[in-house]
Amino acid sequence: MTQTQAEIVPVLTQGADRGARETLQEWLPKLVLAPSFALILLFVYGFILFTAVLSFTGSKLLPDFSTWVGFGNYVRLFNHPNWIVSLKNLAIFSVLYIAVCTVLGLGLAILLDQKIRGEGFLRPIYLYPMALSFFVTGVAWKWFLDPSIGLEHVMHTWGWESFSFRWIKEGKMAIYTIVIAAVWQSSGFVMAMFLAGLRGVDNEVIKAAQIDGASTVMIYRRIIIPLMRPVFLSAFVVLAHLAIKSYDLVVAMTDGGPGTATWVPALFMQKFTFGRNEMAMGASSAIIMMMMIFSIIVPYLYSELRGGRRS
Amino acid sequence: MLRKLLIGTMLSTALTAYAAPSFAEEVEVLHWWTSGGEAAALDVLKKNLEAEGVTWKDMPVAGGGGEQAMTALRARVTAGNPPTAVQALGFDITDWAKQGVVGDLGEVAAEENWDAVIPAALQAFSKYDGKWIAAPVNVHSTNWVWINKKALDAAGGKAPETWDELIAVLDKMKANGISPIGHGGQAWQDATIFDAVVLAEGTDFYKASMIDLDPAALNSDKMVGVFDKMGKLKEYVDADFSGRDWNLASAMVIEGKAGMQFMGDWAKGEFLKAGLKPGADFVCIRFPGTQGAVTFNSDQFMMFKVGDANKAAQLKMASAIEDPAFQSAFNVVKGSAPARTDVPNDAFDDCGKKAMADLAEADKSGKLFGSMAHGHANPAAVKNAMYDVITRHFNGELDSKAAAEELANAVAAAQ
Amino acid sequence: MSAAPSQDNAARTGIIARAVIYSLLILFAVYYLLPLYVMVVNSLKPLDEIRQGQMLDLPSTWTIEPWLSAWSTAQIGVSPTGLKPYFLNSILMVVPAVAVSTLLGALNGYVLTKWRFRGDNMVFGLMLLACFIPFQIVLIPSARILGELGLAGTVTGLVLIHVVYGLGFTTLFFRNYYEAFPTELVRAAQIDGASFFQIFRRILLPSSGPIIVVTVIWQFTNIWNDFLFGASFADFDSIPITVALNNLVNSSTGVKEYNVHFAGAVLAALPTLVVYIVSGRYFVRGLMAGAVKG
Repeated sequence: MTQTQAEIVPVLTQGADRGARETLQEWLPKLVLAPSFALILLFVYGFILFTAVLSFTGSKLLPDFSTWVGFGNYVRLFNHPNWIVSLKNLAIFSVLYIAVCTVLGLGLAILLDQKIRGEGFLRPIYLYPMALSFFVTGVAWKWFLDPSIGLEHVMHTWGWESFSFRWIKEGKMAIYTIVIAAVWQSSGFVMAMFLAGLRGVDNEVIKAAQIDGASTVMIYRRIIIPLMRPVFLSAFVVLAHLAIKSYDLVVAMTDGGPGTATWVPALFMQKFTFGRNEMAMGASSAIIMMMMIFSIIVPYLYSELRGGRRS
Repeated sequence: MLRKLLIGTMLSTALTAYAAPSFAEEVEVLHWWTSGGEAAALDVLKKNLEAEGVTWKDMPVAGGGGEQAMTALRARVTAGNPPTAVQALGFDITDWAKQGVVGDLGEVAAEENWDAVIPAALQAFSKYDGKWIAAPVNVHSTNWVWINKKALDAAGGKAPETWDELIAVLDKMKANGISPIGHGGQAWQDATIFDAVVLAEGTDFYKASMIDLDPAALNSDKMVGVFDKMGKLKEYVDADFSGRDWNLASAMVIEGKAGMQFMGDWAKGEFLKAGLKPGADFVCIRFPGTQGAVTFNSDQFMMFKVGDANKAAQLKMASAIEDPAFQSAFNVVKGSAPARTDVPNDAFDDCGKKAMADLAEADKSGKLFGSMAHGHANPAAVKNAMYDVITRHFNGELDSKAAAEELANAVAAAQ
Repeated sequence: MSAAPSQDNAARTGIIARAVIYSLLILFAVYYLLPLYVMVVNSLKPLDEIRQGQMLDLPSTWTIEPWLSAWSTAQIGVSPTGLKPYFLNSILMVVPAVAVSTLLGALNGYVLTKWRFRGDNMVFGLMLLACFIPFQIVLIPSARILGELGLAGTVTGLVLIHVVYGLGFTTLFFRNYYEAFPTELVRAAQIDGASFFQIFRRILLPSSGPIIVVTVIWQFTNIWNDFLFGASFADFDSIPITVALNNLVNSSTGVKEYNVHFAGAVLAALPTLVVYIVSGRYFVRGLMAGAVKG
């Protein structure tokens, strides 16, 4: 594609007919955008439509459009105990994950912004988890959280006999260990976003406030943090989509266990589509997930893009 | 861009079309045997084929007991680019056969008389509509118990043969201060034990509930009893069992921290790798009450429809898989029994010899059954519906009575 | 007289505050490093020690055998090749995919901010939403399309898929960056008769350094770490490193050599780790320059 565009350039500049050239210049931006847009229309929206249609069929191993079951898959979905568990877990997980990542990311960024010596050393330490794929770091987390070999065991050998931390083994608490590991993975990235935001704040504003006698805490609360509004929104979008898509860390750490206590919608979709040969059920869960994602993202986008136009 | 793509496509198809005849025969193999021993064992097959002039293109995708490979296979088949041979288990083979994309091995099967040497219970999966579509490599049996010899000696020294003896041994092990059962709380591991407990209730009950999916057997007093026994066994499992990989559960038995593990015969590899000797350091028995019957899972290479150019190579591969020398070499390493019943047992250790003898006996007496936990008793949807109930019960989310009810309901919904 | 103690106090609170800040930062550094510690420590132990269950202890016998094994002798498929040969496969796939998606993202961002047209926000919104599609649902239809195009099992096909599903993010990054770029410069160049591509090449591209860094890091990490597409669309001779690593660690019924697994995991992550560590500073700078501005 890039070559094609490179070829167009000389044609344009050498073009004899000025009128044609101007028309081309007018159309060129849209022509440049068109292939990307067309690809996305097909590969994203076309496929969503495909999945939506699929969710009304009785497809098992592969797509099969010969049997129609209407809303049958959706009815079964919302009657399936694993799906209900998945939704509850998603609610717990996404609220905690987004909140903790944001608070921790902002907190670390503020701390790191205090002209810290060794910032260049600490920053990559906070950032690196984002660079690792989770299906092995998940094993490291699983071991660390396992009471018989991990943290609890170490505390016991260090003499703190009463120490107990066995959430990953308890159905009610296991989802919180997923939050711990997920926060580990992405809070550094959020920190980087906030750090960038903080560095972008106009120093004059802060100086003026200091002259007025405002304390550091006051300056952050009243002036700087409110200025971070766009960062909060960006972080929210990135985190929300990671939360809804979170799959590999659950597989690596608990694979949905103990029992079915840590199922999440993405796991549900993967297991039904590919493990249980119930493709249509997987498709219906995917459609519900897409609806959840869009109901969060679309209002955000709408307000952002409207806002952009105003300014 | 589209034109370029099209031209590129045309060129590449033209190229392959011209290139194919000049290439040597080749097979592309999708499988998930990627860990040291089993992959090395498969390498024997590759070398055998290469000796016959067939090139082996290796396409390994591990993970989820074949789930990832099956995911990749869907993409390959949808794209019209299926591999020559795919490792597959039980009902997955039947499911793919229904899609009309598998090949036909009739020629070589007839020539080598597979019908006579491969147990009928395996043939149920290797054949579809009366045609051979897959070549079985091995038979894993899943109703094994692996016991640490020292722990057993300390608990009386007699391997349990009945449920009551089992409980007695477990009690003694508990009194001796070890965790009696080494177990990993993952759905498939819970289901592996469940399989054995159901089988111990009688082969008729196993067949009715796990294979025929008879609602009356699924939601029966007997099934409630099975769940009660599962609950009893859980009392002998340590508190940290949940989520543990089966290997680490084996390690507990190897280290003497746990007394025994209920697991398929692949566990033997862990014991051997740790330098333990069958008979001397560890004991292999059938789950108490199931001697004479065997629940199995069988890895097979399912053959896909390929062009005429590769048909010959595909048949050569099928024939090489059923070669008795390969069957012996592979299964000695893998810990399983050969898929043919006429392979000499000289190369196998005591547990391996017992596995082969048990298999032949169970085959003869009609007590060889596909394992539910490993996808050989019912299709994936049903199997996983059962997993959900078994694992929820084992983790205390359901009581036995509710579990039996839920089992029947979940199976009905998944059919 | 009276000023001295209060200054002392201020200095003391200052020191205490700094101490608290540093200890907090170090505490969190420990939290972030823990899993890496577990991985590295266990990759330097013989398997026996792991089996004994001391996952957090330092090795009592140190060995680099697992690293050598993961690199060059561990079994990945039928051949004992280690991870070594798969690095090249990944690079051959990642480099073009990152380059093309970044360039397209830059051009899209340029068009969407400097050549605005009716409905441009709508187009951008639709492209952005593409970031959020779960990859599992696109697998089967993508396979179908690649098959139709004759790209099934080719590196080109794999690159195409990665480009398509990276476009949303790359376009977002560049659009937000260029949004802040003074449009007057573009208009002035236009009046001087510069063409569409001349403006892009001579005016926008030279000042796009920071955002290119962000985009490249983001795309490199995501594509390098992708497993699903690699396992489904690569052929036997183009298997990427994540699939090889998965084959190393995810065997179901084989003996699990955890020390080799961890060594392999760190090896496979080295390129992304290096990218993060080397360009971490530019990453924040790049984010600062625009990516976070909504």
